[in-house]
Amino acid sequence: MAITLDQTIGQKQQSWLAKILGSQTFWVLIAVILACIFLSFATDSFATTKNLYNITRNVTFVAIIALGMTLVIITGGIDLSVGSVLCLCSMVLAVVMHAGYSIEVGIVASIGTALLIGAFNGILIAYLGFPPFVVTLGMLSIARSLAMVASNNTVVFEFGPDHDKLLALGGGAWFFGIANPVLYMIVLALITGFVLRWTRFGRYVFAIGGNEHAATLTGVPVKRIKVAVYMVSALSAGIAGIIQTGWLGAVTTNIGAGMELQVIAAAVIGGANLAGGAGTAFGALIGAALIEVIRNSLGLLGINAFWQGTFIGGAIVFAVLFDRIRNFRQSE
Amino acid sequence: MAVLELTNISKHFGAIQAVNDVSFSIGAGQVVGLMGDNGAGKSTLVKMIAGNFRPSHGTMQLDGAELIMHRPIEARQHGIEIVHQDLALCNNLTAAANVFLGRELRRGVGPLRVLDYKAMYRRAGEIFRELKSETRPRDLVRQMSGGQRQAVAIARTMLSEAKIVLMDEPTAAISVRQVAEVLNLIRHLRDRGIAVVLISHRMPDVFDVADRVIVMRRGRKVADKQIGASSPEEVTGLITGAIEQV
Ligand SMILES: Nc1ncnc2c1ncn2[C@@H]1O[C@H](COP(=O)(O)OP(=O)(O)OP(=O)(O)O)[C@@H](O)[C@H]1O
Ligand SMILES: [Mg+2]
Repeated sequence: MAITLDQTIGQKQQSWLAKILGSQTFWVLIAVILACIFLSFATDSFATTKNLYNITRNVTFVAIIALGMTLVIITGGIDLSVGSVLCLCSMVLAVVMHAGYSIEVGIVASIGTALLIGAFNGILIAYLGFPPFVVTLGMLSIARSLAMVASNNTVVFEFGPDHDKLLALGGGAWFFGIANPVLYMIVLALITGFVLRWTRFGRYVFAIGGNEHAATLTGVPVKRIKVAVYMVSALSAGIAGIIQTGWLGAVTTNIGAGMELQVIAAAVIGGANLAGGAGTAFGALIGAALIEVIRNSLGLLGINAFWQGTFIGGAIVFAVLFDRIRNFRQSE
Repeated sequence: MAVLELTNISKHFGAIQAVNDVSFSIGAGQVVGLMGDNGAGKSTLVKMIAGNFRPSHGTMQLDGAELIMHRPIEARQHGIEIVHQDLALCNNLTAAANVFLGRELRRGVGPLRVLDYKAMYRRAGEIFRELKSETRPRDLVRQMSGGQRQAVAIARTMLSEAKIVLMDEPTAAISVRQVAEVLNLIRHLRDRGIAVVLISHRMPDVFDVADRVIVMRRGRKVADKQIGASSPEEVTGLITGAIEQV
């Protein structure tokens, strides 16, 4: 039977199975699961409630910021300032609450700071044409220095009248014994995933990463979307900062130092493409999970912690290898 | 009456005078071939009509009313559609997503409106069928042939009933069969009373469908003639400068 034009047009290119098997995120997920199974048998201490609780909670801070970072990376940008922004937002929260204001005021001040920094980054990048690398590298330095100024480089561990509320916010487990940070992470990931797939904003984020010039020509508000994306990234760092403050119960001016690299690694391992145009919310979580499982397992297996960087670096290269192999196959 | 009227339109980029004092008008259902050497200013001219650039000087009128646009969306709201020379496609998106880029269909109410994938796939499929192009709405543009990519770019102009369709070298990358389809499409547009500006380096295409030919050289309009009153030889001479002006 001859294939008609209608059949061709109606055809789907790939089955959902082929799609899943072709995705980097899927293979990283398999790696995480295999690692967990291996560790459950190889050590006594991995599959304990306490260790799993720790792992899931430790994942969250990197994962939450990786969600925002994924958006930035999809547009073809990068945000190196997230670690410092986390620190500054934590410090603003801490200083405001320490001064006797309520937790609500503290959170509003902290989130406001994040949005302001994100807008500053975004406007320089989108409207003035600065390279994202340079702007956010500058902000990496500025935000941490501002945190030191705000606190006079001291440790803040007394949060005024709402001290206990803040600790419960970050350290509690209000729902079926799941650590609060994990709940926030799941909710934020669902929102991010929804936005990327189902909203026009999400569609434009991908379009900008795919071909910014084309997006401009077809009337996508490229500049505004870019500013929004950097604001979301800073916001995610701010949210992670607030939660982390509640969990740690203290803020120093070196929290979040070097975190930008872990966050970018998580996003990239999860399938975000630094050239722009690809990435998922679920991938960001999986990438963060893989990094944390590696970290955790080295400790449990009694491997010197100095090896950590080697393993995480290897994971980055290895995860992207899948993507390359797939590309090679397609181009053949 | 003229649908579109350009009066003394100029555009410069810094010191480069890309378009210099060009005036012409197009009536409904007219097909105008716009020809000229590389860098003559053809793309710049149609981009101004499509709202991508604002003219440095001069005025444009649509149906007798002055046309001032700040964004490409405004041009489309006025019924002006364009196929860009580089097609303006996002490789990482599907054909349907590219067709609807900048005017996605959504369903739901208020702030809770989500992309209507189904409707966009269906409508894009209908348009490809109309274009007789074997292009699957769900395919990524990355994996498409030159002709399919061109079909995606052309499909954009068919989303709404346009008054003017600007085509910047729509037949550059496609097969003989599909060139015929595009030329047919142009005739359909003309029969529906839509004005078409066709930029092409292919003399036969222009002489096949156009009613009029405008020739540009170094930013200036050097000829504006009925097709019947001109010939490929004359147009070639005008393009190269062998014939100064008519
Ligand atoms: N965005 C821009 N910035 C600066 N100069 C530009 C820009 N766009 C076009 N030009 C210049 O304007 C002139 C006309 O370019 P244009 O693209 O309109 O030519 P064209 O007639 O479409 O040529 P071709 O047949 O090669 O497509 C060229 O000298 C080009 O370098
Ligand atoms: Mg051109």
